[in-house]
Amino acid sequence: MSPPVAPPGWSRWLVPPAALSVHLSIGQAYAWSVFKPSLESALDLSGTQSALPFQLGIVMLGLSAAFGGTLVERNGPRWAMTVALICFSSGFLLSALGAATEQYWLIVFGYGFVGGIGLGIGYISPVSTLIKWFPDRPGMATGIAIMGFGGGALIASPWSAQMLESFGSDSSGIALAFLVHGLTYAVFMSLGVFLVRVPRPAKTAADGTPAPLEGVQVSASSAVRTPQFWLLWIVLCMNVTAGIGILEKAAPMITDFFADTSTPVSVSAAAGFVALLSAANMAGRIGWSSTSDLIGRKNIYRVYLGVGALMYALIAWVGDSSKPVFIIAALVILSFYGGGFATVPAYLKDLFGTYQVGAIHGRLLTAWSTAGVLGPLIVNWIADRQEEAGKSGASLYGLSLVIMIGLLVVGFIANELVRPVDARHHVPAQKEAADVHE
Amino acid sequence: MSTSDSSPPDGAAADGPVPDRRPLIVFAWVWVGAPLAYGLYELVQKATQLFTG
Repeated sequence: MSPPVAPPGWSRWLVPPAALSVHLSIGQAYAWSVFKPSLESALDLSGTQSALPFQLGIVMLGLSAAFGGTLVERNGPRWAMTVALICFSSGFLLSALGAATEQYWLIVFGYGFVGGIGLGIGYISPVSTLIKWFPDRPGMATGIAIMGFGGGALIASPWSAQMLESFGSDSSGIALAFLVHGLTYAVFMSLGVFLVRVPRPAKTAADGTPAPLEGVQVSASSAVRTPQFWLLWIVLCMNVTAGIGILEKAAPMITDFFADTSTPVSVSAAAGFVALLSAANMAGRIGWSSTSDLIGRKNIYRVYLGVGALMYALIAWVGDSSKPVFIIAALVILSFYGGGFATVPAYLKDLFGTYQVGAIHGRLLTAWSTAGVLGPLIVNWIADRQEEAGKSGASLYGLSLVIMIGLLVVGFIANELVRPVDARHHVPAQKEAADVHE
Repeated sequence: MSTSDSSPPDGAAADGPVPDRRPLIVFAWVWVGAPLAYGLYELVQKATQLFTG
């Protein structure tokens, strides 16, 4: 399939909503927990079992982004968005069938495996296209799209909850909710398929042949052999681990933290804290990523990792003596978590060029899958051990905070070691021009 | 959105009249903006519970 090339006068401002229609949809993944209690009671599942579709979905996100990146780059964003639409919606439809027939394996397969492929392909589908349309503001452009992944959960969370309330929380109610999700997301994502276009390749004035891309260009297969790729992998992994540790355990964490004080946090207040963290996560994606266009990618990661470590140190130092300090520091950390996700495609573009940046981004997202396991594991395991040791309140999290500071320092050092890619990895200009024109 | 923002990065110019795509741009942004506004509204409702709950 040839990538859809923009006709004359096509506005580049049509591409961000195309990207958002996909990212706002697949961002639903973060709202999976809405279905957990209903599934557990309707199908008699444990908490671990009901988490399985989400976990498999995130694993498939990383794998399909890593292995499908080259296909996305070759076939273009419309192909990728179509695949994402079919897989993500089919995942819900299969899950609807699974819920209706009370076959849980079908929900795991549908939402986790099939839907997870949609997550990965959909996540990377607009990235390189946006960078090509906005060469002057790549951080802002990818920030808009990746902000949508955070926004998707904000939409899906109340929407899914209302649907379960209307249809009922039994297996037929869940099946109906999954069915409506699948159909609605198919319609919503179709805007992306309809609108997305790649810019026409520049031609040389002399003979009309495609001009080579400007600046350094590195292929995806060469990029994974450079130290720069793996340093950025560490940077992303450390940044995400530090953020996801708080995000995953936000509600019990703030409740535990202030349990032994004169101002304990209620369940509804903890839900408000989680909502604020989601807002900070989303705002950081567009805000910090756009800032990176002004101050540079390396500098913004110095902020994410350096100031992030200071914020963790502040929480550890102040402890349970100040709720505002805890909340503000957590919000800053979560804004850096979102910002790290949104800025990394532009960082890759700076280092490896636009030639195969989507495919390189896909491979780098394996850092996310790793962090998704590491972050919650560290915080939960340590909190459980401390509780067993008879500790309570803020002291449950003291060691986790120190570990997070250490991880961010490791990421900071990795970021400092990033240098321009050696010339031996660059793609020859003739080859890249020919490939771009294919 | 300036005129330069409406052109592809390669600066390719149209030979004939270019269709007015402003209605399509507005439609596309409303398409994605409306659900996002709903999500943000719900978020504000929940976040206020942090200070009142």
